[in-house]
Amino acid sequence: MAKLSFRTDFCKGCSLCVNACPKNVLAISKDKINAKGHHPVEAVNPDACVGCASCAIMCPDCIITVER
Amino acid sequence: MADKALMKGNEAIAEAAIMAGCRFYFGYPITPQTEIAAYMAKRMPKIGGTFLQAESEVAAINMVYGVASTGMRVMTSSSSPGISLKAEGLSYLAGADLPSLVVNVQRGGPGLGGIQPSQSDYFQATRGGGHGDYHMIVLAPASVQEMADMTVKGFDLADKYRMTAMVLADGTMGQMMEPVSLDIKPSDPIEKPWAVTGTQKARKHNIINSLSLVPEELEQLNIARYERYKLIEENEVMYEEYMMDDAEYCIVAFGIAARVSKNAIVEARKQGIKVGLIRPITLWPFPKKPLLAAADKVKAFMSVELSMGQLIEDVQIATQFKKPVHLCNRVGGMIVTPEQVLAKIKEISENGGAK
Amino acid sequence: MVVFKKPEALADVPLHYCPGCTHGIVHRLVAEVIDELGIEGKTIGVAPVGCSVMAYNYFNCDMVEASHGRAPAVATGLKRANPEGHVVFTYQGDGDLASIGMAETVHSAARNENITIIFINNAIYGMTGGQMAPTSLPGQVTQTSPYGRDVKACGYPVKICEMLSELEGPEYLERVAVNNVANVRKAKKAIKKAFENQLNNKGFSLVEVISTCPTNWGMTPQKALEWVDEKMIPYYPLGVYKDRSAESEEK
Repeated sequence: MAKLSFRTDFCKGCSLCVNACPKNVLAISKDKINAKGHHPVEAVNPDACVGCASCAIMCPDCIITVER
Repeated sequence: MADKALMKGNEAIAEAAIMAGCRFYFGYPITPQTEIAAYMAKRMPKIGGTFLQAESEVAAINMVYGVASTGMRVMTSSSSPGISLKAEGLSYLAGADLPSLVVNVQRGGPGLGGIQPSQSDYFQATRGGGHGDYHMIVLAPASVQEMADMTVKGFDLADKYRMTAMVLADGTMGQMMEPVSLDIKPSDPIEKPWAVTGTQKARKHNIINSLSLVPEELEQLNIARYERYKLIEENEVMYEEYMMDDAEYCIVAFGIAARVSKNAIVEARKQGIKVGLIRPITLWPFPKKPLLAAADKVKAFMSVELSMGQLIEDVQIATQFKKPVHLCNRVGGMIVTPEQVLAKIKEISENGGAK
Repeated sequence: MVVFKKPEALADVPLHYCPGCTHGIVHRLVAEVIDELGIEGKTIGVAPVGCSVMAYNYFNCDMVEASHGRAPAVATGLKRANPEGHVVFTYQGDGDLASIGMAETVHSAARNENITIIFINNAIYGMTGGQMAPTSLPGQVTQTSPYGRDVKACGYPVKICEMLSELEGPEYLERVAVNNVANVRKAKKAIKKAFENQLNNKGFSLVEVISTCPTNWGMTPQKALEWVDEKMIPYYPLGVYKDRSAESEEK
């Protein structure tokens, strides 16, 4: 069982992580707004996460920690 | 007394730099200062130092910037067109508050100019040379001995005030041979906690930088730098007075022009004209106080220089236009002669100093 | 068990880059390599002029900001000041390294200066708002090539790895990309090698990273990654252009 955590206030909502995820775990939030004024990423399907870290590898702002 | 060696001015600069503890030289060949590079190329590898002929003056000054960032003593040398190429680097060194020594053995300009001696980089040197508000300490030797001494002094002042010191010589000073004493001990090293030497993970990282995008902060940095400059103006002015005690006329000249002027002064006094010399050794900070004091005593000043009239402006400012300031000059690689200076002294004294 | 987290050498501050700009990925890779090699305490980085000018804020090692294009000269000074004690890298964009700083690039390579250069090629000037770069593709529309880069008027893009590979000097030249997970992994391997070469005193190592500029390319971050595959990589083929040590081992 893998676990994702986010430094949400560093997120710029670029979606590169969303597209990198092979399991459709992530989505850009439609209602939340972070301290920088972006819609941040969130795990909408966390149970499907396999901990491959593809999202974190593509994140330009290094906001994702992956545990397995 | 230490033994004296017969050396060229350029060689004296190089050897003095080594004795002052400089182990890094970066340069690019240009007449009439190439002996400095040649000397360093021979000596540095023998003493564990670095000599590197850079791909350009631009690269050389940035290599200086790199070594200076680590807190080590470092220098470069060039001549007028090459100094223009280094101007960007000089501005960055000033903006990052890095100590370094730069030698300019001037030649005639503008443009490629000639290869004969000149003092026409006076404005460029005393006003900083590159963009932005800043100064360099500018030292003007008038003998081979002073070429050595000012090099050592330059390193010390650069370290003390975290800025560039420039030795502003000319082709004559670089090429002339004189006996020189090199009894030089390096001064005690100054702590440089700002230097980038690797954090060893024992401190917060140091950043060497001249970028400051917040205008309020950049303004404060400039103001703080000029506070430091004020200290230099108070404490580091160097000049020589020659036969000024009873002088009615005062020549102001530096470097080779001052040497020529001294000969003319001796001759003028034989003919009954009371003339003396104030020779700025630091061109920045400029000896404003002795000149202002002299303005109350003499009838007129005469700036003797190898440029179209650059030093003369500082003399006018320093003396607050209290007395006329005359100009006696040659340019383009031509050098003023004692006869020319004497003739001008006579002309001025016949008119009682009036312009 | 943590399988992925922010490397220690990367400072804990927000990056100023636009959303989706791959500068951040490359910063992280450099920091990961610094962590893995345990060299943060002796590393000195040199930031360029351009979008990554403020890279000096983003790494926890000592940093120096250089004037435009002169990073390899500054790095030369930093390295020569203490060849054994300093690990020196520059981080430069295409305007900085391939245009204004070309002389410093070529000559530090020719000298086989023992430094590591990370070269970000995104075919555009980002910081100044999207002007033509020396690496902009033929026909590419930018602010200063509004009708597309006309090679008759402004010449052809500069291929840095190919060009430098003709020199005897450099030790290692590789071009990588960061437009997908597999390429990012390869990029990290190359960057690590470029640092290891320096630690092993092998000399000049340059990694050219094909990168994106979604803002000035006028694309979404995802579309920009695809554009790298469609347009950039065909013009700038990925791979090792020079690896002297590997070549001499083969012989």
